[in-house]
Amino acid sequence: MALDSKVPKGPIKDKWTDYKNKINLVNPANKRHIDVIVVGTGLAGGSAAATLAELGYNVKAFAYQDSPRRAHSIAAQGGINAAKNYQGDGDSTYRLFYDTVKGGDYRSREANVYRLAEVSTNIIDQCVAQGVPFARDYGGLLDNRSFGGVLVSRTFYAKGQTGQQLLLGAYSAMNRQIARGKIEMFNRHEMLDVVIVDGKARGIIARNLVTGEIERHSAHAVVIGSGGYGNVYFLSTNAMGSNVTAAWKIHKKGAYFANPCYTQIHPTCIPRSGDYQSKLTLMSESLRNDGRIWVPKHLDDVKAIREGQKKPTDLSEEDRDYYLERRYPAFGNLVPRDVASRAAKERCDAGYGVNATGEAVYLDFAAAIERYGKEQAKINNIENASEAKIYELGQKIVEAKYGNLFQMYEKIVDENPYETPMMIYPAVHYTMGGVWVDYNLMTTVPGLYCIGEANFSDHGANRLGASALMQGLADGYFVLPYTIGDYLSDDIRTGEISTDTKEFEEAEKSVKETINFFVNNKGSKSVDHFHKKLGKIMWDKCGMSRNEQGLKEAIQEISDLRKEFWKEVSVPGGSEEYNEELAKAGRVADFLELGELFAKDALVREESAGGHFREEHQTPEGEAKRMKEFQFVSAWEYKGEPKDAVLHKEELVYENIEVKERSYK
Amino acid sequence: MNLTLKIWRQKDSNAKGQMVDYKVTEISEHMSFLEMMDVLNEQLVGKGEEPVAFDHDCREGICGMCSMYINGEAHGPDRGITTCQLHMRMFKDGDTITIEPFRAAAFPVIKDLVVDRGAFDRIQHAGGYISVNTSGNTQDANAIPISKHAADEAMDAATCIGCGACVATCKNSSAMLFVGAKVSQYALLPQGQVEAADRVQNMVAQMDLEGFGNCTNTGACEVECPKGISLDNIARMNRELMKAAVK
Repeated sequence: MALDSKVPKGPIKDKWTDYKNKINLVNPANKRHIDVIVVGTGLAGGSAAATLAELGYNVKAFAYQDSPRRAHSIAAQGGINAAKNYQGDGDSTYRLFYDTVKGGDYRSREANVYRLAEVSTNIIDQCVAQGVPFARDYGGLLDNRSFGGVLVSRTFYAKGQTGQQLLLGAYSAMNRQIARGKIEMFNRHEMLDVVIVDGKARGIIARNLVTGEIERHSAHAVVIGSGGYGNVYFLSTNAMGSNVTAAWKIHKKGAYFANPCYTQIHPTCIPRSGDYQSKLTLMSESLRNDGRIWVPKHLDDVKAIREGQKKPTDLSEEDRDYYLERRYPAFGNLVPRDVASRAAKERCDAGYGVNATGEAVYLDFAAAIERYGKEQAKINNIENASEAKIYELGQKIVEAKYGNLFQMYEKIVDENPYETPMMIYPAVHYTMGGVWVDYNLMTTVPGLYCIGEANFSDHGANRLGASALMQGLADGYFVLPYTIGDYLSDDIRTGEISTDTKEFEEAEKSVKETINFFVNNKGSKSVDHFHKKLGKIMWDKCGMSRNEQGLKEAIQEISDLRKEFWKEVSVPGGSEEYNEELAKAGRVADFLELGELFAKDALVREESAGGHFREEHQTPEGEAKRMKEFQFVSAWEYKGEPKDAVLHKEELVYENIEVKERSYK
Repeated sequence: MNLTLKIWRQKDSNAKGQMVDYKVTEISEHMSFLEMMDVLNEQLVGKGEEPVAFDHDCREGICGMCSMYINGEAHGPDRGITTCQLHMRMFKDGDTITIEPFRAAAFPVIKDLVVDRGAFDRIQHAGGYISVNTSGNTQDANAIPISKHAADEAMDAATCIGCGACVATCKNSSAMLFVGAKVSQYALLPQGQVEAADRVQNMVAQMDLEGFGNCTNTGACEVECPKGISLDNIARMNRELMKAAVK
């Protein structure tokens, strides 16, 4: 099947408006006869569920957590981008579009990104109307901060809890519709398959995680908003339950999976402390607004610090290497995430890592505290303020800006970051790759949509900070509700979809067989045992930098591990009860397939772009080297084993932006 | 360190539960409490036994999913944190740790340490929203100036993560801190004024219906709240309720 992105014709700035004016609509009286399933209730799924219900569709929403409010969007800290230009610093729709395409290393689809930038301003208006308490300045207007990879201040924020507040906004919109009966909410439910009838997505098979019951749910369209697959690495900043299952199941039923190798390794995470580690914790990128990143200049200082003979504060300015400021003077500490992460790895690989594992760099606020302190002394008319006073004043400002992040750091690491620099190291955070979708956000299966992080569309090979929240809400509030109507307008006479058909029966049977296999298999190793092994292969061979040999080894090792998993996995407990090990087993089984496709995709992509860095393709200065012949989206078709997956290419055309070397120097 | 754990085990919501003793060894002080629980569960799975069921997800103190009652305190001995942020450095070698689910009539146990907090969702359904449709042409966000003070205070109320520690801690199993936080967030913002009276009345009515107790101003909820939600929010909710009653 040839890939058709269905991007409308016409000048980029008019595409979306013209398109919306021409697509088919569903009459309000007909919408109440149409059902839509939404899987996942994060920013994308939650906002889509609420908006579709407002429009009049009957929505069935599914979350594996005990409430839609707990989806992992809640953990996003820093902010959400919007081209409001409230700061008057030259921002515009075009500039947000440009920054996002460039930030994505020219590997995203122009028309989608432009539309994202276009609706970004609506998101802020909508969220304020919902009562989202964004930060404000003393005049009562909205405040902004800056994020990596851009030269303007366009990020709106709610303390360090922006994702939480935006999700609670979407959750409140959902609650209003749940109260009206327009959304039927299925908490503690996990989608285990999609049901295709006559070539169209017509329902799902879900497991009630409390009772273990397998349920059939039908609808006229199915929307997947189940997030990213960062947990394929076992250790990531994702929630423990975050998984690829919904996305992978639809892939196995015909939805192409795009660019699985594009993973974002976030530069500012708390370094790991031991083998028992269950997850990694991210510190918001907003910290790079004020924090300066450095390692010691001399290896003997590194040694002294590791042995506890020296403290970082003992080192004078001359003995510190602010390597981002040194290598990238224009963007300094605010280079994009992929660049910042690789630079940290480069220093640590060279032996300059500052903790016992050798995998940590400093993030230092001393300069910011001093700068803010002096500013406050001036504002408060304190003449000749002492150093201690300046420090005290400055600390208050830093606390107001980042207090919750500092507290979080202190609770985990047991060190006071106001007194000593934080230690940070990159960690897997976000996956740009995902289910391939067209301009309508429809997958290659009719009636099956994919939104938010679960799809591949907007971030190319690297996502800029504060853009995930923007994309999730854009897809759910402002894009999907329009585009899905065009499809559903053909369904006004279809009537309710029966679940009493052979398609539902077959899907249910196959789900039950897998579950029965798990609970009856007399294996010797736990699910986590396999997950951790997979994670290690992924991190070592498909991590921040990749090479041909490593990727080939990874493919073989993952394939072997998968075979062992299906022989040796042990799942205690039964199938018709609350059984977290059973739920985990299903998720890890899918990760074991995705992981291999991931490595295969990375092997095929013989270039470096964004988060995908191939050691064979770098400039003499060690920067990523993009290749013109790889200016396409890799969309993989499922054919059984991951090794048999077939590659389809969507060529990327840039008509409104000049493809240049991506430089932040 | 080596520890003895006394953990509430309950097969399902109908079963009678009991405390069961377990031993864990070689626990590092840098581990989080839930990582210690992972170690225990890995041991149990290795022996073919059923692991202890507990709710958890983000493991960074924001999703509100984790919910243990540790040594008689919701989220354990530390302050300003959820269970997932509790670290083993708060305990000593040889300690016996008692781990129970959040207990309240409105939070029935599902299994072991997992409870059903659906009542919280239902209170939000009753009025925890502003009735505005998604349209793409609401007024410009800066058309409604909001004083920094009010915005900050609304934000402080809005940080509630809905974990239920307030209810578990309260001797009356009152949910007033939770409800007060949501009522306050909207009461402090101009957008929330239109529906203020209906909102507080409906949310409080649902709260009562769910079987949560009343507030007797003990203040334990504020102490145990991982997000430091202030008792002021309960006072504000009561004021809003009075205002609504005389309207």
